[in-house]
Amino acid sequence: MTETQPGRVWLFGDDIDTDQLAPGRYMRGGIEQLAAHCLEAARPDFAAGVRPGDILVAGKNFGMGSSREQAAEALRHLGLAGVVARSFAGIFYRNAINLGLPVLTAPDLAGVADGDRATLAPETGMLRLTEKGIDIPTEPIPENLRGIIADGGLVPHLKKRFAAAP
Amino acid sequence: MTATLAQKIIARACGRESVTAGDVVTARVDLAMIHDSGGPRRVEPILKELGVGLFDPAKVVLISDHFVPGDTDEGARILDLTRAWAREKGVRFHDGVGICHVVLPESGALRPGMFVVGGDSHSPTGGAFGAYMFGIGATEMAGVLATGEIWVRVPGTILIEWQGRLGPGVMAKDMMLALCGRLGMDGGKYQAVEYTGEAVAALSMQERMTMANMAAELGGQTGMIAPDAETARFLRGTGADVTGWEQDWAWLRTDPGAELQEHHVFDAAALPPQVAAPHSPANAMPATEAGKTAVNVAYIGACTGAKYDDLAAAASILKGRTAAPGVEILVAPSSRRDQDRAADDGTLGVLEAAGAKLLPNACGICAGYGAHRLGAEVTCISSTARNFKGRMGDPESKVWLGSPLTVAASAVTGRITDPREVTE
Repeated sequence: MTETQPGRVWLFGDDIDTDQLAPGRYMRGGIEQLAAHCLEAARPDFAAGVRPGDILVAGKNFGMGSSREQAAEALRHLGLAGVVARSFAGIFYRNAINLGLPVLTAPDLAGVADGDRATLAPETGMLRLTEKGIDIPTEPIPENLRGIIADGGLVPHLKKRFAAAP
Repeated sequence: MTATLAQKIIARACGRESVTAGDVVTARVDLAMIHDSGGPRRVEPILKELGVGLFDPAKVVLISDHFVPGDTDEGARILDLTRAWAREKGVRFHDGVGICHVVLPESGALRPGMFVVGGDSHSPTGGAFGAYMFGIGATEMAGVLATGEIWVRVPGTILIEWQGRLGPGVMAKDMMLALCGRLGMDGGKYQAVEYTGEAVAALSMQERMTMANMAAELGGQTGMIAPDAETARFLRGTGADVTGWEQDWAWLRTDPGAELQEHHVFDAAALPPQVAAPHSPANAMPATEAGKTAVNVAYIGACTGAKYDDLAAAASILKGRTAAPGVEILVAPSSRRDQDRAADDGTLGVLEAAGAKLLPNACGICAGYGAHRLGAEVTCISSTARNFKGRMGDPESKVWLGSPLTVAASAVTGRITDPREVTE
């Protein structure tokens, strides 16, 4: 995995829940429709404005609530380079890794503002604010999970594993 | 070297001498439980894509509970698919006999010390038996069914100690609502919650299951109780051979001096019956502070609140009493086995004489299914675990949570009532 091209930082607060990420009333539709409404309650401009390579930065307990995988799938579908948060809810963290969405924990997010340009390198765990010249270290994704993300998620990762098996 | 109960089970499952909180390890699962909603219909397409079968059909337990009784075209179709998959794969299958979290242990498949995953968020229920059991999403379950493995970040332990004994009219459900109120829905921090203390040791197995079950509402990865004589008694009742359990399970406890992430101490004797106001289990308060809110549905149901012990608790209040005018009592026993036992000893008769309507042994209203979903005008007092907006029906419906005793007492008076007011 190589360092991502600079993208825009979208800044959110604490306790962003899975109903905001994947609103229940759109769960019957496909991921396309669901992603179009991702986080609309908090930021109506998010889903339409986000571009591949952008980075979501949030406070504590990101992804709390339901175990629905579509919460992480919607963010991946929108092309985010990853999510950096002060902490993640457990099941969301697992689902994100399994669906190939980089999720990085950073206890200190001082200096990050909405609209900053930034890059995210999951291998080194570095969030780099390119215009401000600030490097924000995150807790790196553990080695044995990095392979899952590099392959694009658990299913492609397992495909590779079974294909390699004698 | 000292270790917690959770760490010992995970160390065994990943083949290490010991593990440290924060380590990410790959563990072998002893058992994988799936149900009709998140099971075959979701995992089979992924298994097909991978081109593999099950890692070990003998370690997979399938239980139909969400779309039972199959009273819609879609539900019936899903149940058909579920049954066909069970036949094709040769897994253990319990069809329409109750809710997975209750049926799994009563089938005898779940044993102390096991490392188990379940395709449902209330899977921590299994932790009541001193197993490490937690819920996962469907993609992850497909991966487990294909490989028999799963990664886990070794949790720290949040030890919750209940000193003293619960007073009359107070149940495990009250302890859990109080904990949700006190610690919040992220209080478990996705770590291992372990319950201990005199009040927990005094609880029946099914009451312990209620505590482990609601570790989900506390935000723990699992909720655990070290196995003891009561665990052995329950398992013996399922036909399991537990000879030598004292030696076999001796390792299944948190060592004195083991490093804990948090340690909370509560006084069980001081706990009054609790209720949680709409729309969060964290909105807990003593039942006497609920403002005598009028209710029109009293629901005894779900894995959390309709096991045999819950039915018996409700019957202890409803014996010789009837529902207040305008109050409908709905009872959906968690399993066929518990319902049969309640029928045999007269418990069910007491509930029916009080006016209770019996619903299928399934998730039913708690998962938002079935004809009895709550309407917009309904205020319900419920023995279930979650009262999120719209979960049990119309988004305008209001659900209060309470113990089966509190639900029964409220049914009798027609308003939210501390059960001690009815019995004293």
